[in-house]
Amino acid sequence: MNKKGYFGPYGGRYVPETLFPALEELDRVYQEVRTDGDFQEELKVLLNKYSGRPTPLYYAERLSDALGAKIYLKREDLNHTGAHKINNALGQALIARRLGKKRIIAETGAGQHGVASATAAARFGMECTVFMGELDIERQRMNVDRMRLLGAEVVPVSSGNKTLKDATNEAIRHWVAHVEGCHYIIGSVVGPHPYPSMVRDFQRIIGDETKEQIMADEGRLPDVVVACVGGGSNAMGIFYPFVEDKSVRMIGVEAAGHGVETGEHAVTLSEGRVGVLHGSRSYLLQTDDGQVIEPYSLSAGLDYPGVGPQHSFFKDSGRVEYVSVTDDQAVAAYGELCFLEGIIPALESSHALAQVSVMAPELDENTIVVVNLSGRGDKDMDSVRPFLLKEDDRI
Amino acid sequence: MRDLKVIFDGGTALIPFVMAGDPDLETTVSLVEAMVEAGADAVELGMPFSDPLADGPVIQEAGQRALACGTTLESVVKTAGEIAGKVAVPIILMGYFNPIMSYGVDRFASDLADAGVAAVIVPDLPFDEGDELHQALKSRGVTPILMVSPNIADDRLAEIGRRAEGFIYCVSLLGVTGQGSLHEGMASYIERVRRNVSVPLALGFGIDGPERAAQVAPLVDGVVVGSAVVKAVHGSGGGPKGVACGAKLIGEIASAIG
Repeated sequence: MNKKGYFGPYGGRYVPETLFPALEELDRVYQEVRTDGDFQEELKVLLNKYSGRPTPLYYAERLSDALGAKIYLKREDLNHTGAHKINNALGQALIARRLGKKRIIAETGAGQHGVASATAAARFGMECTVFMGELDIERQRMNVDRMRLLGAEVVPVSSGNKTLKDATNEAIRHWVAHVEGCHYIIGSVVGPHPYPSMVRDFQRIIGDETKEQIMADEGRLPDVVVACVGGGSNAMGIFYPFVEDKSVRMIGVEAAGHGVETGEHAVTLSEGRVGVLHGSRSYLLQTDDGQVIEPYSLSAGLDYPGVGPQHSFFKDSGRVEYVSVTDDQAVAAYGELCFLEGIIPALESSHALAQVSVMAPELDENTIVVVNLSGRGDKDMDSVRPFLLKEDDRI
Repeated sequence: MRDLKVIFDGGTALIPFVMAGDPDLETTVSLVEAMVEAGADAVELGMPFSDPLADGPVIQEAGQRALACGTTLESVVKTAGEIAGKVAVPIILMGYFNPIMSYGVDRFASDLADAGVAAVIVPDLPFDEGDELHQALKSRGVTPILMVSPNIADDRLAEIGRRAEGFIYCVSLLGVTGQGSLHEGMASYIERVRRNVSVPLALGFGIDGPERAAQVAPLVDGVVVGSAVVKAVHGSGGGPKGVACGAKLIGEIASAIG
């Protein structure tokens, strides 16, 4: 970072003045806890004993045989609540407690961040309100039920496309109005400074563990690391510790939805232009007139028009390659992992898996590929059922 | 007219907000003319944006309606020029940074200057991020207006005080536009801002009608009325009826604040 909160020309704090005191205070506490042994120890114990870390780095033998490379899966789906989102939610809940906040707000797309926030809030005895687009509520019903069971209030958002972007707008507006009483747990490496750095630091445990585990298993670093990118928190989490390891090729996979050529996609990094949304400057899907374009993906967690500012920086510097795969490719990869490995991956993570299938012909059998399996996919049954199950199998 | 100072010369300035293009740009022109006739001292013209973070549902929906009927930043700037040629009060544009960035900061500043726009308010562009736009505007004689909120820290308020030109937009509450209750410690908040700022103070957000405007008028140099105007115009069906209704509300507020 150069200027405060910037990664090259990306990042910053493009927010109403009302939020400044909260961001300043959050930044102060975040800087404090980075080197606070007690805080780090408490978080570590929580991650180990409550969430189940370290998550395994699993060698997917049958998938490897099928695709012709050594494919490892970083099993973030085995975290408590079923996705990497809990890493960040627990970290921020601890910060909220230190800030003296009794109430948590969050936005969610696929529901995994909402569930993680509701879980962390329940664990610390805080109130929790989760903003979620009406369309996402429909397609992620199970996660809505989970959040409610955990005691969270789920607020349906009916503006725009009724998805993650709109839920984020609503959460920020609510935060502006209740800034003194609540902490906003942003779920990805997006938003105003210090969120992109803070969320990255809470998620880098994915990459730190992967590095240690692959060295133990293979005695060398991976050749390729692949992760899906919506806002980009699971990708940033696994990429960041490898940034200086130049031999490691890193690939971020965005959602091409119905296909980039159809205009119905969420391919921010190659189809977007630099803009400002939700508090930071980054690549953004927008019209010629600067209005934000409603993105599309079958996967609710990737259905976002922006991307974390550090990803924009990595794109420009070339350190990470960003590609995209369609809904159909992701669903095929979803099915393939189910059949070959007995693991139901999140539709989001299935985009990363699909990219490995795309790359397979160019890979040598000794190439070590690590895919970040960011979450589990039972939440996506309703979305994939029409694609994967025959008519008479439908339940 | 580009002189902001004169609007604060005779009593509390009344600054209504109109969303450009709601329901269409032609109506916007008539509405501004009618409001000026009814006693507006300056007019804020909203530049619609798809994701307005500082606005409540009323202005958010007005922006959606404006976009749905094809309003663009380019057409708003053109309309601002048309209005500036017709009315004798300053025109202030208000909107979010992304469309401005997309339009091009330099082009925006120079087109605004050509259109005769007096000032610009960008709620999601704090001074820390605003150097490029603010310099571009100032070099062409258009004033960037800074905002403050009741929870602002002293050192930040002092910094804004040093940078402020034209007037300071004081947000009346912790919240978005169109919300109900004003900040509890309004008098001490305004007094704190006064101590740090030498330009006039205009208060906005939550000024929902003549009564509340009259209540805050003695504290500040100007009041901004946004959601209430948008609601009055839209609620009466837009068009000529909406124009009459918006002008009537402005007339009532003008009388109430004297």
